[in-house]
Amino acid sequence: MSMFRAVAAAVAMLVAVPLIASASGDPAIDTIGTAVSPEELAKFFVIMPDGEGLPPGSGTAAAGLPLYAEKCAMCHGENLEGLEGTGAPPLAGGRGTLATKKPFKSVESYWPYASTLYDYIWRAMPFHEPGSLTPDEVYSITAYILSFAKIIDEATVLDAKSLSEVKMPNVDGFYVDNGPDRLIYRAQGGATSK
Amino acid sequence: MAQRHDNGKQKSASVEDSEICPCQDGMHLDVDLSRRRMLMSTAAIAAVPAQLFASSAIAETKTAPPGAVLYDVPDDPTKVMGRALLEDGGYGTRSQFETAVRARADNPNDMTSWSYTPLADMKGNLTPSGLHYERHHGGIPAIDPAKHFLYVHGMVDEAKKFSIADILRLPSITRRYFIECSGNTYDEWAKPKGKNVQVTHGLLSTSEWTGVPFATFARHVGLKDDASWVLGEGADAAVMTRSIPLDKMLTDGLIAYGQNGEMIRPEQGYPLRLVVPGYEGNMMIKWLRRLQVSDRPFMTREETGRYTGLMPNGRARQFYYSMDAKSVITFPSGEMLLPKPGHYEIRGIAWSGRGRVQAVDISMDGGKNWIPARIDDTPEAMSSVRFSCPWFWDGKPAILQSRCIEDSGYVQPTRTELIRLRGDHFFYHYNAIQSWAVAADGSVSNVHV
Repeated sequence: MSMFRAVAAAVAMLVAVPLIASASGDPAIDTIGTAVSPEELAKFFVIMPDGEGLPPGSGTAAAGLPLYAEKCAMCHGENLEGLEGTGAPPLAGGRGTLATKKPFKSVESYWPYASTLYDYIWRAMPFHEPGSLTPDEVYSITAYILSFAKIIDEATVLDAKSLSEVKMPNVDGFYVDNGPDRLIYRAQGGATSK
Repeated sequence: MAQRHDNGKQKSASVEDSEICPCQDGMHLDVDLSRRRMLMSTAAIAAVPAQLFASSAIAETKTAPPGAVLYDVPDDPTKVMGRALLEDGGYGTRSQFETAVRARADNPNDMTSWSYTPLADMKGNLTPSGLHYERHHGGIPAIDPAKHFLYVHGMVDEAKKFSIADILRLPSITRRYFIECSGNTYDEWAKPKGKNVQVTHGLLSTSEWTGVPFATFARHVGLKDDASWVLGEGADAAVMTRSIPLDKMLTDGLIAYGQNGEMIRPEQGYPLRLVVPGYEGNMMIKWLRRLQVSDRPFMTREETGRYTGLMPNGRARQFYYSMDAKSVITFPSGEMLLPKPGHYEIRGIAWSGRGRVQAVDISMDGGKNWIPARIDDTPEAMSSVRFSCPWFWDGKPAILQSRCIEDSGYVQPTRTELIRLRGDHFFYHYNAIQSWAVAADGSVSNVHV
């Protein structure tokens, strides 16, 4: 064995030893990235329609009213109508309008899942203090909005269980379709017409 | 006066002039670098009124366009020495005579709003990074890449986080893809609203993206058998989230850090952006910090209450991801004025999120007759091309249109066809043929035919 090969072999052994001890045993793919614990991942959340991801805690519409008045109404309006000039969308109203000439999309009329409401408020609201609400506050504001929209009874205590059981008016209003529109292939006159 | 120049530099006659005329101050070759830098920073934030820069005499008369620096312009550039290299500090600027900028949307709140790419000013297929359209839902975050991680977890064998340094070490690929907001051209369903092509179609930009395929990360963490969806989450104030089908992620999902040869611009997601080629721009999560693998979609706000298409029967199409074939003429286009009849070169952009642009047709008579345009560059999958077509304008009113034909055979629909397919409350994914009317006086305007 030449000196060069001997050195190369020794280096290879030195490099290989720690790699062999890695998790999957494949030295080529375990040297990049760091394993993370469930505790470290706990800072993230996303709420699923079946309630997965909802935190412990609870809230009511009564507790939500003052919170809404203080933190939400300046943009979304006292009647959840969404104030023009703020860019905030309406949260209530429009039920039964989606198939009309003037569809009115709001949380009440359009959103299929209450979990999304909780997720979004907790995630990104209030607009000027994102991520500042506690889980109980989010439950309370969610309860206030859903109660105002007459989707839940105003006495309902919203928690992980009851929120996942809320049925939104438009829950069946969506269907998956990534197109392209089949009809386009029999559009009158085909590709060469106006 | 002498004291200001006692640093050994030789004064030129023009500097003497500048002492007399303060408006020239700062424009000369031997101006010191710190001053030049100040002017650059002025240029970089040109939206700020010039009056705020009272200490800068030059700002009282003229400010450089954003991204440019004002220099003295000699009558004959062959008779004076040009400026030395690196006076720009090592990062170049554009000419002070170039003024194209993004235009802001007329929204109440600039933190959740958008800006349009000036498509008519584009000189090639790639959009300059500084002119890439923007759509933010919670402002533009400032992120230190040394403190930024990409977490990949959920239905994986081993959850991991990757530093930017980790990601830069992984094998990368480079691809040219367009990104189009699915709200692009949203105001054209009912009436011809946008005055010019920047507003009607400017939520479209094309970049060369460099990054690491999602598949590489999938191998690092290992995917569980039932894995079928991936949540992308941004590190902005909106903590933007979208669910992306795993098969798409494994086909061409890209964790990008490079845009047009440099690190992605802050407005575009620095330091990481999820690029999902051909899909709606909202899915291309900027400031990407997390990918959560799941067996079902997460039903986030943006894929339920937003970015869904309402059909006439009151039900909505969900997960309509692909940006269908589309094109637009950028010259001549809205608010332009043709000076006189004669020869013109029609120019435009075509793109398709499902495949390659196969061909582009042009009509000069509102869609009655069509002729093929020339494709000016090489069509690539889920990317854009430029097209052109010579035109002799006889001075009579004309209606110019372009239509994109994808390699699948899909043909960009007319507005009438599109509304027959979707009604007029679909809002997103408007890809109908655009019509520009040229009047007898040469003025060009947005019309529906």
